[in-house]
This record gives sequence, structure tokens and C-alpha cells, in this order.
Amino acid sequence: MIDFISTFKIAVRSLKINKMRSILTSLGIIIGVSAVIIMLAVGAGASKRISDDMASMGSNLLMIRSGSSNTGGVRMGSGTQPTLTIKDAYAIEQNCKAVAYVAPYVGEAQQVTYGNQNWATSAAGTTASYFYIRDWKIKDGRNFTEEDQKNITKVAIVGNTVAINLFGDVDPLNKTIRIGNVPFKVIGVLETKGQNGMGQDQDDIVFIPVTTGQKKLFGTDFPGMVKLINVKAVSAEHLELAEEQITELLRARHHIGKNKDDDFTVRNLTQMMESAKEATRTMAILLGSIAGVSLLVGGIGIMNIMLVSVTERTKEIGIRMAIGAKAGDIRQQFLIESLLLSFAGGILGILIGVLGAYAIQVFSDMQIAISSFSILLSFGFSGLIGVVFGYYPAYKASLLNPIDALRYE
Amino acid sequence: MSLIEVKHAIKTYSTGDSAFNALNDVSLSVEDGEFVAIMGTSGSGKSTFMNMLGCLDKPTSGEYFLDGIDVINLDTDSLAQIRNLKLGFVFQGFNLISRTSALENVELPMIYKGIAHEERIARAREALKTVGLEGREEHLPNQLSGGQQQRVAIARAIVNDAPVILADEPTGNLDSKTSYEVMDFFVKLNDVYKKTIVLVTHEPDIAAYCKRTVRFKDGNIISDEVNR
Repeated sequence: MIDFISTFKIAVRSLKINKMRSILTSLGIIIGVSAVIIMLAVGAGASKRISDDMASMGSNLLMIRSGSSNTGGVRMGSGTQPTLTIKDAYAIEQNCKAVAYVAPYVGEAQQVTYGNQNWATSAAGTTASYFYIRDWKIKDGRNFTEEDQKNITKVAIVGNTVAINLFGDVDPLNKTIRIGNVPFKVIGVLETKGQNGMGQDQDDIVFIPVTTGQKKLFGTDFPGMVKLINVKAVSAEHLELAEEQITELLRARHHIGKNKDDDFTVRNLTQMMESAKEATRTMAILLGSIAGVSLLVGGIGIMNIMLVSVTERTKEIGIRMAIGAKAGDIRQQFLIESLLLSFAGGILGILIGVLGAYAIQVFSDMQIAISSFSILLSFGFSGLIGVVFGYYPAYKASLLNPIDALRYE
Repeated sequence: MSLIEVKHAIKTYSTGDSAFNALNDVSLSVEDGEFVAIMGTSGSGKSTFMNMLGCLDKPTSGEYFLDGIDVINLDTDSLAQIRNLKLGFVFQGFNLISRTSALENVELPMIYKGIAHEERIARAREALKTVGLEGREEHLPNQLSGGQQQRVAIARAIVNDAPVILADEPTGNLDSKTSYEVMDFFVKLNDVYKKTIVLVTHEPDIAAYCKRTVRFKDGNIISDEVNR
């Protein structure tokens, strides 16, 4: 067999002779590869966003909401009927073995002022555990203490967005801000958490002790009630056990009879996120497979054109054989032609795919993640297609009888 | 042993029930340096004989030695190698690869021989110069006249230093003036470059350029005489 470089040059020349046809043949691969890259990038981007959300939300998280109210047969959303109390939260913390941290939570929109600056944000009453549950570090200052809760101290921990908007360059620690009309001393500034899954700025918030919130700030109709209780389980394996223990405890505390519905709901956020992640993964695989099919169709296009090319160039093959080309030389020539078509298509497809994915990110606000794996995969796959779909035409060419091939017009 | 030695070659084509002998016990020897014309009407078996000489086809029975090599028992790859090293082909229809320059066409046999690029270019230029096509290296076949195309084909046939040139009606597509020019090249190849040439033709005036004439009829050699 002759050397690879000579065959390569012959193949390049043959492809150049039919430029338009070569480009159109590669187009199938270009579209297929770019589709695979874009689909995988979009899918991976969606998964990554969910993973980021999970990380910012905190791990092994359960959320207890009070039950839905039932007024004249019309059932309202969960949380509309306040049934959970701070005492429930303490009871869970003390009695449920599978639970690591418990934090009650009440919140509402408030206007916050410092000096001549003011800022509309959310004020949330909770306990020190909340920051452990959310894996949220306090950048400067300190966390709430038992004393703060007991003594109904007017202290606040501010999110980074609030800190920036109210204080600018001033150090917020030990400054007094007003939430509504109530003065609070800033005892801590939180680390930046970023946006959550809905695109909300999680740092645009002020935390105060839950007891202070209820007694001094929020004019609630139901003293001691909270909308939410956040719970962190000991570990991922303990999530379901924690859910069972909490349900049992709360049913007992709320005196709910055997056949009555719960007046609260426990949501396993971590599990919900996991299944959302699984769903996006499935979606990504589905989209990727569809793109893969178009890549396959592109491969069939290459085979089609190579078969036409072999027939069209029967005489050329005859001449080559007459002057000394072996069957292997002919096979190698046509195989390299199809490989060139598919690799050129693959490279162009990767370029277009990467650009397209970035364009989607810029214009649709969708997060994308291009992995080197997807690039390698589609590049390898296009090469594989070149070999698989190029082999039969090349083999067919190599089987030609030189006498018949020479007579072919 | 002669350069070309064919002994009792029989080629049978069978179509359904009937069998037909295209070659009927043909024996022929060609010595080194000979210039042989093969004549005969169509269907006389001369094309079958040429295909066999060119190692493109095998006889049904008989023996063929080319330069001492028992060609009949070689596999297809070895036959390709024999064609590449021992034979140069010139066809009636020129059979240049279209949309490929004269130089690249002449380069081809050397590519399949495995000669390095620089040497190929040098030798292809030299061969084109031999056939008087200096300066036409980059021309495509359709930019050349019939006579020029046939000279490119001759250059391609001699570029690998093959001892034998097989020409199948090389002047069949050319007018008589061009035909004579082309035949002058064959004479030069035979006289100056000592090539052994076997040439098929219909025309007596073309055969007259050769030193020996072999006539075929119905698959047999009916005459074999030295010219002049």
C-alpha cells in the first residue's frame, strides 16, 4: 500500500474538484454535530443551574409549611392557615433524632432606612440555625444567640445587597438601621449567595430574631405562629426518616385524629431538586439523541454521495488500477475522502455549535455549559461516521474489475 | 527465456449453454527490444490477448511469463505490482484522469510505486520533456489536443522505467498527421530508450512503423512476419 500522505493529497484533490458537492455533503455532519453540541450544552446548563441552586439552598433540606385553609369548601394554598408555632420548631429540634437543625421563619416586605438612605427589602425573623441549614456564612460580625431570642433583642443580620445599598463604603457593623419604624443594631453581614432558581436576589434580605419579629415588627393576628419551619436532616439518608418523625410529632402536637388530614405539609426540597435534576438529565439525553439522529442522517448522506462518486469515477478507478493501484490503495483513497468530509464537517459543526450555544446564552438568558466531553464525543462520533459510512463505498470501489472499469463511459 | 512468453493460451467465455473461445491455443514470444504490431478485425481476439498481456485478465488455461515471472499464478495485489513495475499502458481513449494536471497524471504510477514526492516531480517533468510537452505540466487534459493527451499518456507509460509498453490502438482517436507524430515517439522509445513495445492497430500504415506484425483471426494467430 502506498503512503498515507500521497493518498491524502489525492483525496483532498478529488474533494476540491467537486467543491459544492463536498460542502453540501458535509452540511449534514455540520448540522448534526452542532445540534449535538448545542443540545448537550443547554441540557448541561440546566443541570448546572439546578446543582447551583441546590448548593445555595443548602443540603438535606426539609421545609414544613402550615396547612391550607378551608373556607366554605374553597381550599386555599398551603401556608394560608397558620398552624405552625415556634414551639413546634423547638419540639422538632428536641424530639426528632434524624434532624440536625431547625429554624422557624416568618418574613414580609419592609422598608429599611439608614441615615438618608432607604431600601425596600424583605425582613425575615428566624434563628441562628437558619444559617447552618442554608450553609450561609456570616462574613462580618456574629450570629444570633439564645439570649437574642429570649430577650427579644433588636439586632439584625443584613444580606450583602442590603449592606451595599444602605451603607455603600461604610462598615455596617454596630450601625443602627430602621426596619419599618423600629431601630435595629446590625450585628452581622452575610456572604454573597447570588440568585436563586427563580432569579431572585437572595442577598436582598434582612434577618432578625424570630421572637423580635413577632413581638416588635410584624403585626401578626396569630402570635407565636410561623409560616415556615426549615429543617436540615442529619444526612441525605436520614431525610425520609426525618420527614416521618416530624409528621408523627406534629400530628401528635396538633391533636389530629387518625383519619384526618395533616394541617401542615413537609416538603423534601433536596429530593425535589434531585428529581428536577434527573428530569433535566433525561431531557438532555432525549435532545442529544434527537441531535444524534441528525448526525446519523448526515452519515447516510456521506455514504450516498460516496456511492455516487464511486460510480461516477469508475473509469478513474480503472485507470488507477491499470497503472498499479492495488485494491487497498483504492479503498484507502475513498475512505480518506469520506473521513475528510466527516471530520471537516465535525470541526465546522463544533465551531458553529459552540458559537450557537453562546448565542443562545446571550439572547435567551438560558444558562449553557459546554463540556470538552461533548466536543470530543461529537468529534469522535463524526470520525466514526466517516469510517462506518465510507467503508462500504470504498470497499465497493476496490472490488471493481479493471477491464470493466476502463471500458466504463 | 523471452521477455514475453505466452504458451497455449486459451480464453473461454461461456454464456449460458454455449461456450466461446476468444483465444484458441495462442502461443507468442516477444524478445527484449522488439516492436510488435498486433492486427486483426474486431472479435479476432486481439483485445483479449492484450488484456492478458497487460495482466488485467487471466487465460482460462495456458502459461504466461513476463520477464521470467509466472504471472498466471499471482494474486491480484501482485498483479497490480507487475502492472506498475513491468508495464506501461497507452490506450485508444488516452485514459488520463480528468481535471488533474498533466504532471499529476504522469506522477500517478510513481505514487503507487512508492517514490518520494520530490523525485516524482522531477521524473514526471523529465518524462513530459521527453514527449515534447515541456511547459504544459499544469495543463488539464481538456486543455490539451488529442495528440498532446496521448503524449501525456506515453510519458505516464515510460515514467516508471517499465521494460514493456502496451499500446491499444493508440492512434485510433487521432487524425493521420497527429498519428504519425505519435508513432514517431513510439519509434523513438523503441530505438533510443530500448523499450519493448506491443501495439494493437487496424491500420497498415501504423503497423508499418513496427518491426514485426502479428495477425489475429477468430482467436488464432494467422500470420507472424518481420516487416521490411
